[in-house]
Amino acid sequence: MSQLALWRSGSARVLPGFGLSMGISVLFISLVLLLPITGLFGQLAGLSLAEYWAIITEGRVVASYMVTIGAAAVAALVNAVFGLLLAWVLVRYEFPGKRLLDALMDLPFALPTAVAGITLATLYAGNGWMGSLLEPLGFQVAYTWVGIALAMAFTSIPFVVRTVQPVLEDLPAEVDEAAMSLGATDGVAFRRVIMPHLWPALVTGTGLAFVRSLGEFGAIIFIAGNMPYETEITALMIFVKLQEYDYAGASAIASVVLFVSLALLLAINIWQGRFVRRLHGGKG
Amino acid sequence: MRRIGDAPAVRRLLIGAALLLSALFLLLPLVAIFAQAFSQGVMVFWANVSNTFTLHAIGLTLVIALLTIPVCLVFGVALAWLVTRFSFPGRRILQTLIDIPFAVSPVVAGLIYLLLYGRNGWIGSWLDTHDIQLMFAWPGILMVTIFVTCPFVARELIPLMQAQGSREEEAAVTLGAGGWTTFRRVTLPNIRWALLYGIILTNARAVGEFGAVSVVAGAIRGKTNTLPLHLEQLYQDYNAVGAFASAALLALIALLTLAAKAGLEWRAARQEAFL
Repeated sequence: MSQLALWRSGSARVLPGFGLSMGISVLFISLVLLLPITGLFGQLAGLSLAEYWAIITEGRVVASYMVTIGAAAVAALVNAVFGLLLAWVLVRYEFPGKRLLDALMDLPFALPTAVAGITLATLYAGNGWMGSLLEPLGFQVAYTWVGIALAMAFTSIPFVVRTVQPVLEDLPAEVDEAAMSLGATDGVAFRRVIMPHLWPALVTGTGLAFVRSLGEFGAIIFIAGNMPYETEITALMIFVKLQEYDYAGASAIASVVLFVSLALLLAINIWQGRFVRRLHGGKG
Repeated sequence: MRRIGDAPAVRRLLIGAALLLSALFLLLPLVAIFAQAFSQGVMVFWANVSNTFTLHAIGLTLVIALLTIPVCLVFGVALAWLVTRFSFPGRRILQTLIDIPFAVSPVVAGLIYLLLYGRNGWIGSWLDTHDIQLMFAWPGILMVTIFVTCPFVARELIPLMQAQGSREEEAAVTLGAGGWTTFRRVTLPNIRWALLYGIILTNARAVGEFGAVSVVAGAIRGKTNTLPLHLEQLYQDYNAVGAFASAALLALIALLTLAAKAGLEWRAARQEAFL
């Protein structure tokens, strides 16, 4: 048999189960992930372009985009700094309680969002532990966009920590030893030597945190106050339309959210693919 | 040799800042859940946990999780086997598609299921003429929970199986082992801890899902209420202590999840040290 024929006959597939695993995977992805999206398009098909445009650019809806994007951006930026600090401390230093701190990082992923929501709302309300300290100082967190950003930051902090941590761990000691022995100060060495290695992971983690914050619902609605035009997030707008049995309206707004989040996911995947391959020389 | 940030002052400052911020931002909420749940004593907590509605919500939540896990398990193992053991066109697309549930807002996830299987949807209307109702009932909750949790097992397995490569399985097959024997005797022992962690994550998310479930559940108290929906209802009814009693149960599951993760990581680190 020629080389080509060998390849064609699938000599790379020594292992069994290709058909079965392909069948299960494709069937599952089609039925569970892709088929339901057709329902959304079916609903949207009933709208004219003008109607669709009118729904997604209505004042209250646009205000909800602004609140959601603004708070998610603030939460992502805060998490970029806080997450970098935590990843650095967890990788570079030994101290009592380190393992507990490391375990605590996954809490926001493990804790149901509704639990996080009522807890943050209770803590930061005027009579809560944090609220009663902050409000006399003039900081109101609960029922403002600051509360929304806080809830977003809480639910998405693990993305940054867990993306940056492994990259920092893989960084050989020689890298900063070289910089230090050549007389660089800590700040300069960190910025010029460490950051170039870290920033692809930091951007990926921050991007994932941002996408997660855009879609978050359970953790936010309790602390947000949900005032139209002021503290209403887009996910809640969809929910409100549904409660009014306005399925077309809910679908139109959902299609915007779906499109934006899928586009961001794709962008992050492409970005990550490029850098992971470059940094680890191949396998992504 | 001195490394960056090794100066005692810098070190102390950074560790101090990390601990202080984590305590305020992550630990305090955790403490607050239990403090609120027990704020009127153990007896009130117990009364809140053991009333009919809460027990019913616990039951439904457990059933949903128990039904979700095997589905996600079969899918996760099949997908991981497919993308790590074979190369074929479209492999990367499959790996990107599996991330959809992570990117899609839970409310949107619930909505697309409602549109398709609800009374006005093209499948839902057909089901309706046959008197089958999936939405605003427990099957709808199960369906969206599967949607939301399906990436976890696959996502835990794929990097591990990629790193391990397929040499051991190929050896087994070459020596005459059948497909199932190879999987059971060669693959499974290699991936069991990652598999277990995938199941634990699936369970944690299945038990705690709120956004998607609240769209498709009719939230008839004592009928289609899962624990997160139940606690929301109590909280909206100004029964904070009752809400936090349910929240404490869910937080306990979250803590067990974290402990399991720490345990499995410790195990993996020890295994590596022996090799």
